[in-house]
Amino acid sequence: MAQDNVLLLDFWPSSYGMRVKIALAEKGITYECKQEDLDAKSSLLLENNPVHKMIPVLVHNGKPICESLNIVQYIDEVWNHKLHLLPTDPYQRSQARFWGDYIDKHIYSIGKKVWTGKGKSKKEFIECLKTLEGELGNKPYFGGEGFGYVDLALVPFTSWFYTYETLGNLNLEAECPKLAAWARRCMARESVAKALPHPHKIYDFALQYKQKHGLE
Amino acid sequence: MAEQKKVILHGMWASPYVKRVELALKLKGIPYEYVEEDLSNKSDLLLEYNPVYKKVPVLVHDGKPISESNLIIEYIDETWKHGPQLLPQDPYKRAQLRFWVKFLQEPFETILVIIKTEGQAQEQAIKELHEKLALLENGMKEFFPNGNPCVDDNNVGLLEIACVVFFGAFKVHEEFIGIKLIDPEKFPLLFSWLLSITELQAVKELAPPHQKVVDLLHFIRQKALKSTAA
Repeated sequence: MAQDNVLLLDFWPSSYGMRVKIALAEKGITYECKQEDLDAKSSLLLENNPVHKMIPVLVHNGKPICESLNIVQYIDEVWNHKLHLLPTDPYQRSQARFWGDYIDKHIYSIGKKVWTGKGKSKKEFIECLKTLEGELGNKPYFGGEGFGYVDLALVPFTSWFYTYETLGNLNLEAECPKLAAWARRCMARESVAKALPHPHKIYDFALQYKQKHGLE
Repeated sequence: MAEQKKVILHGMWASPYVKRVELALKLKGIPYEYVEEDLSNKSDLLLEYNPVYKKVPVLVHDGKPISESNLIIEYIDETWKHGPQLLPQDPYKRAQLRFWVKFLQEPFETILVIIKTEGQAQEQAIKELHEKLALLENGMKEFFPNGNPCVDDNNVGLLEIACVVFFGAFKVHEEFIGIKLIDPEKFPLLFSWLLSITELQAVKELAPPHQKVVDLLHFIRQKALKSTAA
């Protein structure tokens, strides 16, 4: 693995990009990170993700992998010497993938409606978070005692919580106290703390985005 | 061992997602009990096994439920080691496969739009379908670099399964709408790959009867056109 060339095409506010950064950090992988301008996508991005033209893209020794949870599973399978992000038991693994998929289907799109003010999605958003909170239960992490795949899939969105709360007029700590406690627990991990931007930076980005797209 | 414990599949005959799981079970030679669900009157068991989405398919293995067709098939492949390997061992190839399986959703949904619309909306959808099929045709070149996609019972995998449940009946769709959807001249690789998959014994055995498919297409189209006209 000494000659590995790992490049991540990223956009810093993207929760999907953060997932990959956390996974790379958890595995101790050295990589180069290139920030993309999504209004002027580089030829590197267009070449490596011609189908969707989206970040994140991991380029490993010249070969591209797209879709954040695909990338995370790839990282877990290739660098399998250190801690496993996914459970080793096939049934537990299927459950972890299920929740990763659930987070993919709901949190970004419904969360975006909350902070852009498009549509009445606050109730739906809280319901999704409560469903996840139900799955967490009294466990320290989604996978049990150790930080894993589902935690990694969800925790980046917590950098957006301040934005959801301020622009969506929500109190997520009050609505989902267990999830809030879990978020703090995850932030104590170096890989997470380094990958997640400060919530106020995300908020500034969101305000600029709204202004740019006439969503005041 | 884990493989001998009871396997039950909750499904609905018209669902391509259920068909995926049935194909995987059949190709692997896994005996299972099938429960046909009435989606307008879902069983208590289904609601218990899939409280989040309340949908089929749900696979129950030794009393433990798994939902979401792709995830069920990955579970099947990891648990039963006999029969064809549905996902490749190599992590890069697995990542590519997972990517394309997810992508197949897009041209499938576009075909549904074509079935449900007419006039300009339908024309727009046909244009979109060609764009997506072109991307797929290009992607398939990596899987079949020698340009000869020959599928048999040993090399069939999740991508073939996902493809055939969506597009296996494409000739019926073409006849119904009166438009060529998968033109062999524009998409030669896709066309020959798809035909190869439809020739598999398990696929033939699980294909719903022609008339049932035609009746379903009529139903979907009438319902959609009525609701847009209202």
